[in-house]
Amino acid sequence: MSKTLLDIKNLRLSFFTPQGEVKALNDVSVSMQEGDVLGIVGESGSGKSVTASSIMGLVSHPGRIIGGTIEFNGHRIHEMSEKEMRNIRGKEVSMIFQDPITSLNPVYTIGNQIREVIYLHTDLNKQQAYERSVELLKLVGINEPERRLKQYPHELSGGMRQRVMIAIALACEPKLLIADEPTTALDVTIQAQIIELMMELKRKINMSIIMITHDLGIVASMCNKIVVMYAGKVVEAGTTDEIFYNPKHEYTKGLLRSIPRINSEKHEKLVPIDGTPVDMLNPPEGCPFAPRCEKCMKICLRRMPEFTQITSTHKSACWLLQKEVFEQKRREGK
Amino acid sequence: MIVTEKSKDRNTLIEVQDLKQYFPVNNGLFRKKYVKAVDGVSFHIERGETLGLVGESGCGKTTAGRSILRLYEPTGGRIIYDGTDITRVDMKPYRQKMQIVFQDPYASLDPRMTVGDIIGEPIDINNLAGSKKERNDMIMEMLQRVGLNSEHANRYPHEFSGGQRQRIGIARALAVNPEFIVCDEPISALDVSIQAQIVNMFEELQEKMGLTYLFIAHDISVVKHISNRIGVMYLGRLVELAESNEIVFHSVHPYTRSLISAVPIPDPESGRKRKRIVLEGDVPSPLDPPSGCHFRTRCPYADERCKTEEPKLIRVSNGHYAACHHLDRVREN
Repeated sequence: MSKTLLDIKNLRLSFFTPQGEVKALNDVSVSMQEGDVLGIVGESGSGKSVTASSIMGLVSHPGRIIGGTIEFNGHRIHEMSEKEMRNIRGKEVSMIFQDPITSLNPVYTIGNQIREVIYLHTDLNKQQAYERSVELLKLVGINEPERRLKQYPHELSGGMRQRVMIAIALACEPKLLIADEPTTALDVTIQAQIIELMMELKRKINMSIIMITHDLGIVASMCNKIVVMYAGKVVEAGTTDEIFYNPKHEYTKGLLRSIPRINSEKHEKLVPIDGTPVDMLNPPEGCPFAPRCEKCMKICLRRMPEFTQITSTHKSACWLLQKEVFEQKRREGK
Repeated sequence: MIVTEKSKDRNTLIEVQDLKQYFPVNNGLFRKKYVKAVDGVSFHIERGETLGLVGESGCGKTTAGRSILRLYEPTGGRIIYDGTDITRVDMKPYRQKMQIVFQDPYASLDPRMTVGDIIGEPIDINNLAGSKKERNDMIMEMLQRVGLNSEHANRYPHEFSGGQRQRIGIARALAVNPEFIVCDEPISALDVSIQAQIVNMFEELQEKMGLTYLFIAHDISVVKHISNRIGVMYLGRLVELAESNEIVFHSVHPYTRSLISAVPIPDPESGRKRKRIVLEGDVPSPLDPPSGCHFRTRCPYADERCKTEEPKLIRVSNGHYAACHHLDRVREN
């Protein structure tokens, strides 16, 4: 068994807004091993990005962690101060964001921004830092690195900027790279390049990846494990094959039915999930998906179900599964 | 003009011939440059059909859609609607027949108007309602048609979710009982679980009202699902045009092939088996596109001829057109 790299347990995080408390994360548990590529799938407001920010220690006012633990590579992140966090951020765990133009500083050159991370976390001198940044740009597939280092973010294309972001993220060879919708702003052919690059780098420097996305296609092609989130809760988690070929939660099933398949020749009608996404200010009691669920029962509206363990890697929180378990137990009892 | 063979056909609702849309860009004090956003595009759309337009950002698909509606004044070419050349005419009578649904359901609805007034505005402009009651009935009917209910009419856009707002935008387009709708990325701003609702609604409305769509999107899986035929654009030009399944499974243009192969498949098994063609480099700047074939800088088949000679759209098989000098070589692979 490989080592556990990240273990989030019962994380609760709320945003205290003037309109009231928004429970962005409600009892979220996620764990991953070294070498995993973990996909976190969910719609806007499901809590996938907040989960990532909390691993980075980047949750800011009015958000606050109000319970649970985050253990990463031997650090207890939930207890660490900002100063301690700075030693880890960029060194052991890095993050890349959806929109590379807003994450790069427009008034500094690319070289400047890469060297900043190197100076912060290593003892390299000026010349060594320069050589390292050239090496990094080569690693992420940028031609003429010497010239690019002198350029500013606006002189690069979207795909190129995302490569620079990845270069900065990888400067200290982190154990974990968190990618928050890194390709959403990019065209498909550029998206394919970036995904290819991330998987290649994963092999080269042996890092783990958390891929946050709403695109099930990306998850299917990159990840070995998937966590499905809905309204601040994990509703299902398992290996990629378990989630795609044996989904247990009605939301996961619904998602898979609702997307068009480019590789099918027949015209099959899409089966949409009815209703609208949850209003996070007034979430429903019980299972958050219940108001949109076709198989909703009375109990779903009142209480959130516990996880049912389907295999050692696959779990899902749905009353229907609990019912199955009850019935199975009853049959065995008789 | 290869597509004109259809022009006399009564089934053709819209025909676009050699459409050009250039935008001036000031480059320095005296020099004036043009971005050729759409550069000689021809196609036709049959009545009741959905034509999809796909391509990457900057390929001119949105501009093409807007030029057809004369939201821009076309630089060149002709737009023929139902047998009439509308390239230079007063558009007022045609606005009622040709409508558009925009990408961003947040920006395209006036925040200070109630939903009822948003839908009522096109009815008022075109004097479609004889009395206040009739106007009201029409608004209610539209709301119902897009899956909203009558009490929504008095509310404001901010009270609705993205999917509901897009429904309002669609109701506004439908209010004048149009024949043709340009759908400009109508679902890309929506959550995955909502996209299917809107796609299905477009399909149902088409069946019920006999609508014709030009469906513009960058998500090829969705375009393939909803369209009868698909046109693929690259830097202002149409590079391939064929039936949807033909484009996805038997494309002959190297750009289409790499575009299709770059779409991630939400199925781990077939994703693992698939051979991917990863293109190198970025889309060149539309301000300064490569000479000859625009795609040649990223094309694995490119040679000298591609540098000098612009490939014309030629017929590959029935209803399948592609613009490439090396179709034979591409097809061998």
